[in-house]
Amino acid sequence: MSSVLYDAQGPRAKRRNVLLTVVFLVAVAALLWWVIGTLKDKGQLEWALWQPFVHTEAWSTYIWPGLQNTLKAAALAVIIAMPLGAVLGIARLSDHVWVRVPAAVVVEFFRSIPVLVLMIFGLALFAEYTNVTSDDRPLYAVVTGLVLYNASVLAEIVRAGILSLPKGQSEAAMAIGLRKGQLMRLVLLPQAVTAMLPAIVSQLVVIVKDTALGGAVLTYSELLSSANTMSGYYGANIIASFTVVAVIFIALNFALTSFASWLERRLRRAKKSTGAVVGANDAEIAGTAGTGAGGTV
Amino acid sequence: MKLRKVTAASATVFALALTATACGGDNSTGGGSGSDGGKTITVGIKFDQPGLGQKTPQGYAGFDVDVATYVAKKLGYKADQIEWKEAKSADRETMLKRGDVDFIAATYSITPERQQSVDFAGPYLLAHQDVLVRADDNKIKSPKDLNNAKLCSVTGSTSAQNVKDKLAPKAQLQPYPTYSACLPGLQNGAVDALTTDDSILAGYAAQSQFKGKFKLGGFKLTNENYGIGVKKGSDLKDKINKALEAMVADGAWQKAVDKNLGPANYKNEPAPKIGEIKS
Amino acid sequence: MFDFLKDYDLLGAFWTTVQLAVLSAVGSLIWGTLLAAMRVGPVPLMRGFGTAYVNIVRNIPLTVIILFTSLGLNQTLGVSLGADDVETINFRLSVLGLILYTSSFVCEALRSGINTVPVGQAEAARAIGLNFRQVLGLVVLPQAFRSSVVPLANVLIALIKNTTVAAAIGVAEAAVLMKEMIENEAQLLLISAIIAFGFVILTLPTGLFLGWVGKKVAVKR
Repeated sequence: MSSVLYDAQGPRAKRRNVLLTVVFLVAVAALLWWVIGTLKDKGQLEWALWQPFVHTEAWSTYIWPGLQNTLKAAALAVIIAMPLGAVLGIARLSDHVWVRVPAAVVVEFFRSIPVLVLMIFGLALFAEYTNVTSDDRPLYAVVTGLVLYNASVLAEIVRAGILSLPKGQSEAAMAIGLRKGQLMRLVLLPQAVTAMLPAIVSQLVVIVKDTALGGAVLTYSELLSSANTMSGYYGANIIASFTVVAVIFIALNFALTSFASWLERRLRRAKKSTGAVVGANDAEIAGTAGTGAGGTV
Repeated sequence: MKLRKVTAASATVFALALTATACGGDNSTGGGSGSDGGKTITVGIKFDQPGLGQKTPQGYAGFDVDVATYVAKKLGYKADQIEWKEAKSADRETMLKRGDVDFIAATYSITPERQQSVDFAGPYLLAHQDVLVRADDNKIKSPKDLNNAKLCSVTGSTSAQNVKDKLAPKAQLQPYPTYSACLPGLQNGAVDALTTDDSILAGYAAQSQFKGKFKLGGFKLTNENYGIGVKKGSDLKDKINKALEAMVADGAWQKAVDKNLGPANYKNEPAPKIGEIKS
Repeated sequence: MFDFLKDYDLLGAFWTTVQLAVLSAVGSLIWGTLLAAMRVGPVPLMRGFGTAYVNIVRNIPLTVIILFTSLGLNQTLGVSLGADDVETINFRLSVLGLILYTSSFVCEALRSGINTVPVGQAEAARAIGLNFRQVLGLVVLPQAFRSSVVPLANVLIALIKNTTVAAAIGVAEAAVLMKEMIENEAQLLLISAIIAFGFVILTLPTGLFLGWVGKKVAVKR
C-alpha cells in the first residue's frame, strides 16, 4: 500500500530522502546520547547494577517466581473469561429480548469501567465478604478484575465471530431442520471459534499487560513487583531491574502477537471460501461491531 | 484438514501454558495450613527491607528474621521448620486475625489502634521515625527544614503523611511502591528526603552501593516500639515474651543488632523492657 | 447514605481524570499521526523507526511506562517538564506516558484507515503531480481519518480508562480516591458503584457519540 503514496524517486527526491535520513538519525542519536550520557553520569550504567542479571540467582529468586505469577493470573483469567464470554456473546445474539438486553447491559457496563477499578473492588470485596487468605487475595482480585473486563471483550469477539459467518450457513442448517441450539452448537460455534482464535490470542497480550497493575497498585507479587523486591537487594538498581522486566514483557507479548498474526495468516489462507476471520488487529484497535464503546488497548 | 491442525496446535499451546503455570503455583499457594501444631510454624516478615527482613538468593535475612528465628527456636521449632511469609504493612492485622501466620515480626509498631485487634509481645526494638538525606546536603538540619522539601515515601505509608500534617505542612509527597524506588531520586536530587523508621533507613544506607552517600537526620520524630504481633488472646504472647527476654539476656539480641544494623552506623537504643511502650 | 462523600473531592478526582484524558488524547493524536506518516512514508529509516516504536511500545504494560517516566525520566534523568512541585510533575509525566503508549494504537488505527482508502485515490493524486506530503495531507489522511473515527473512538475510550494507571505514581485521580474511600469508609459497594458510574458517564456517551459521528462522516463506497 505505502508505495502507491509516492512516486518512484528521482535524483531530487533521493537527495531529500538522504537528507531526511541523516537529520532523523542525528536527532535519534542525540537523544540516545543524552539518555546514555546522563545515565552514566548518575552512575546507573555501572556494571555492579546490571551484573546480577547475568547470574541465575536473580532469575531464580526474583524474576522467575514473578513471571510465574504473571502467567498464572493471565492463564486463570483467560480460562475463566472464555466460557463466560462465549455465554455472554451468544446471549447477545438471542432471539429473546429478556436475554439479549441484560447480556448487552452487562457487556457494555464492564467494558466501560477501568480494569484497575474492578481490581480494587475485587480486593476489597474478597477481604470483606470471603475468607480467602491474604496470600491469595491479590491473585483473586487481579483475576476477578481481568475476568469481568475480558469476558465482556471476549463476548464481543464471539459475537463478531458468529456474525462474520455467511448467512447461508444458518439458513442451510435451519433448512435441514436443526433447532436453534443445534444450529449454534454444531454449525456456527465450531466455525466461529477458529475464526476468533487470532483475536483471542491478541487479547492475551492485553491480559498479560494488565496483570502489571496488580503488582503496582494491589500487592500481587507478579513480574513488575518482583523488580521492586529485587532492586531492594541489589542496591536499588531500579533502572536496571525495570529495564529487564520491560524486556521480558516485550519478548513475551511480541511472541504472542506474532503467534496471533501467524494464526491469522494461516486461517485466511486456509479459509478462502467463507472468509470469516476476526483479525488480531480488529480486536486490538477496532474493537468490534456494536455500539463502539470499549476497545481493548 | 489444515484448519484442524491449527486448532489442535493452539489447544496444545494452551494446555502447555496451563501445566507450566499449574506446576509453578504449587509452592506459592497452600501455605496457610502451617499452623496445625507439630511440624512447622508460620512467621510473617517483610521481604524487601534490607537489614530487617529481606528475601535474598541465600534465604531470608535481617534483624526481624533473626529475632523470629530465635523466638521460634525457644518455641521448639528448628530453623528449617519455619515457614516465612510476606507480611505487607496493610495486611498484617488481617493475617493474624485469620490465622494465616502464627506471629509477625515485620517492623510492626505497637499502637493503641492495632492493640484493639491484635496482641503484641515485646517490644524488642525501639526505633524512631527519621529522615534519610544526601550526605552532602546541609539544608535539612531540623524537622522544620522539611517544609518545601520533596519527601519520598511508600504508597499507603503513614510516616510521610505524619510529617506533612504535623511538622512541615508545605512538604510535598512523592509516593512509590517501594522504598528502594526512592533512592535513585534521592541520590540525584529529585527528592530531598526519604522518611520512615531509622532502622529501615539504616538498612538502605548500609548497602554497599550507597556507602557514604546518605546520612540519617537523627531527628527522632516519633517512638516506634517494634513488637511481635500475635492473634488476639493467643497464649503465644507470654511464650514469645519469655523468649525475647532470654534473647536479650544471653547476648544474642545485641549480636543480631550488630550483625544486621551495625554496618549502617546506626546507633540503636538499648534493648527495651518487655511491655514498656514509649509513646 | 451519601454523607461521607462531602469529605472527599469526588468531582476534583474525576476532573483530574478528564484532564489527563483530554491532554493525552490531543498529544497521542498528534504523535500517532506523525508515527503513521513515518510508517507509510518514503524514508526507510523512519519506516523502520515507526514499526519498531509501535511494536515495542504496545507490548509494554502501561504501568511500566508510567513508572518509567517517573523513576527514569524524572528521578534519574532529571526531566521535570517545566514544573516545580511534585503533583504537577507527576501529572505531566503521566500525560507523557499516556501519550507515548496511546500513540502506538492511534498509529495502528490510522494505518488501518489509510488501508481503506482505495489505491486509485492516491494514484490519481500522484497523477496530478502532488508530492508525498500533499498526497497524504490533502487526499489520503482526510479520508483515512473519516473511516478511522470508530477505531479512534475505541482508542479514546481505552485511554479514558487507562488514566487510572496514573495511580501508580500517585496522581490523585478517580482510582486513587476510590482506594482511599474504601480504606476509610465501610461502604464498599456504594463507593464502587459511584466510581463505576463516573466512568460509565465518561465512556458510554463518548462511544455512542463518536460511533454516530463515525457513521455520519464515513466515506460511502
